[in-house]
Amino acid sequence: MAATVEELLAKAEKDEAEKLKSIRVKKELELEFDLGNLLASDRNAVNLRDFRAQKKEDYLRALARDNTQLLVNELWKMPSERVEGVVVAKLPEPTTRLPREKPVPKPRPPTKWEQFAKLKGIQKKKKTNLVWDEAHKEWRRRWGYKRANDNTKDWLVEVPETADPDEDQFAKRAHAKRERVAKNELNRLRNIARAHKLKVPGAAAAAPSRNELARAEQVAKVSTASVGKFQERLPKEKAPRNRGKKRAFQPNIGDFSTERQQQLELLKVIASKKPRMDVTKAVNKQMREEDMEAASKKRKGAGRKGRKGGSAPRGKAKGKAKAKGQGPPAGKSRQVRKGLGKR
Amino acid sequence: MNLFTFCFIRKNITRPFEDQTSLEFFSKKTDCSLFLFGSHNKKRPNNLVFGRMFDFHVLDMIELGIEKFVSLSDIKSPKCAEGTKPLLIFAGEAFDTDSEYKRLRSVFIDFFRGQTVPAVRLAGLEHVLHFTALEGKIYLRSYKVLLKKSGCRTPRIELEEIGPSFDFVLRRTHLASDDLSKTAHKLPKALKPKKKKNISHDTFGTKLGRLHMQKQNLAKLKTRKMKGLRKRRGETIQGEEEDSAKKAKVE
Repeated sequence: MAATVEELLAKAEKDEAEKLKSIRVKKELELEFDLGNLLASDRNAVNLRDFRAQKKEDYLRALARDNTQLLVNELWKMPSERVEGVVVAKLPEPTTRLPREKPVPKPRPPTKWEQFAKLKGIQKKKKTNLVWDEAHKEWRRRWGYKRANDNTKDWLVEVPETADPDEDQFAKRAHAKRERVAKNELNRLRNIARAHKLKVPGAAAAAPSRNELARAEQVAKVSTASVGKFQERLPKEKAPRNRGKKRAFQPNIGDFSTERQQQLELLKVIASKKPRMDVTKAVNKQMREEDMEAASKKRKGAGRKGRKGGSAPRGKAKGKAKAKGQGPPAGKSRQVRKGLGKR
Repeated sequence: MNLFTFCFIRKNITRPFEDQTSLEFFSKKTDCSLFLFGSHNKKRPNNLVFGRMFDFHVLDMIELGIEKFVSLSDIKSPKCAEGTKPLLIFAGEAFDTDSEYKRLRSVFIDFFRGQTVPAVRLAGLEHVLHFTALEGKIYLRSYKVLLKKSGCRTPRIELEEIGPSFDFVLRRTHLASDDLSKTAHKLPKALKPKKKKNISHDTFGTKLGRLHMQKQNLAKLKTRKMKGLRKRRGETIQGEEEDSAKKAKVE
């Protein structure tokens, strides 16, 4: 009855040990736990003698029971909370390094300003969070709600001397701010589009080529009231080629002798029996004819060969290769090539 | 059908260890990075190839032969629900010493771990997969967890085999080269553990912190009131001496 303090303590300890006996497992080496993955690794050597002595399954089951008990002990140590009437334990982050499924995403490309800053060597200047506002005599944030030196909240705006007295300066400020915001937004979207390599609207698609620009410039020059006569030229720009009359007619009353000579020659040519021949023109024509003949022969030969080659096996494998479709029919290909040749 | 697996019904003649293009094609089409290929021929009977991909190219492939197999239907017992996150346990020194076994463990974890969850329902931990590496063989056993009452909060565990159970033997392996493995394990900058500012650890392992304070007016500092240290009227040098002596003691 008169139990001493020590006896009571010993008894309490024994009771505790009894309680914990059911969940305590003795192992030589501690297990390694990765609770994020509900994983436990047992490094202890498996007792081969026991394994062979007992039935395999029983041994494995006992081993599994011990290891699971240890893992569960660890899990029950995690902080738990009640979520919708259910006890839930919060798991830590998984610690095992497993390979990724897909490669790491590439960092986004630098914006126009970042490229320019890098080129010029401009460093980012760290700015303080708060700025002293003289008007309110306190420290206020640099930008945002209740910022320092906010010029949109001015109750008095002086009209500058050069401005129109009827202009609304407040509206002008508000309008300028809206424009700045819109411009910023546009630039931000353009940076994003460039990063994702999307087509920026109204950029390269509309840009004309060099020739088109030159033609447009010529036409613009001549489209004045004086038909381009008084248009100034750039210092190194060459004078335009003769854009005057397309056909030069001889004057009605000119050199009588040359006119007489021409008329007499004309009569001679009409009266003569021999045909007139321009040698250069004739030679050129002949050459062109020969070229065309050679080209057509080539095409004919290739077409015929194709047809010959295609027709023989086609007859055999008609049934089998129907689904796959062996090559284009020869007639079509010939037509296509002919068109190209003409061009 | 499970949301996370894609089962091919028809038989495809592929040899994973020779030609990986068809595997990579299927992986790309189904957007799956883990694959399991089963085959049976005279040279390699009852063959399973566990594999995983990185960027739809084969990273690791491990071939296991099944020596003994007991299916789910052979073991008559109530099973646990499909899709429960299983507890994974690896036993045996081989899983820590042998490089091939280490990769095998990593592949098994990838295959069987299920979704990553921030919290887990304690009563719902029903499924245990136990891998034992022993004498060149790998034993895979699957148990159902029964939580029994113990004296304290943590329950006592009893296991009931539900199957399937496998006795594997390690055959061929195709492991990724070191640098490919390194690229695959790379963490993007965002996921790297962030360094906490103003916290340092000294050589003894103690954690030290830095506090940033505004300037204090030491003359007007409010400390604890110690009535005994207050100056009493009338007491001059003697009192001060007493006080200073007292102060020393208190310190």
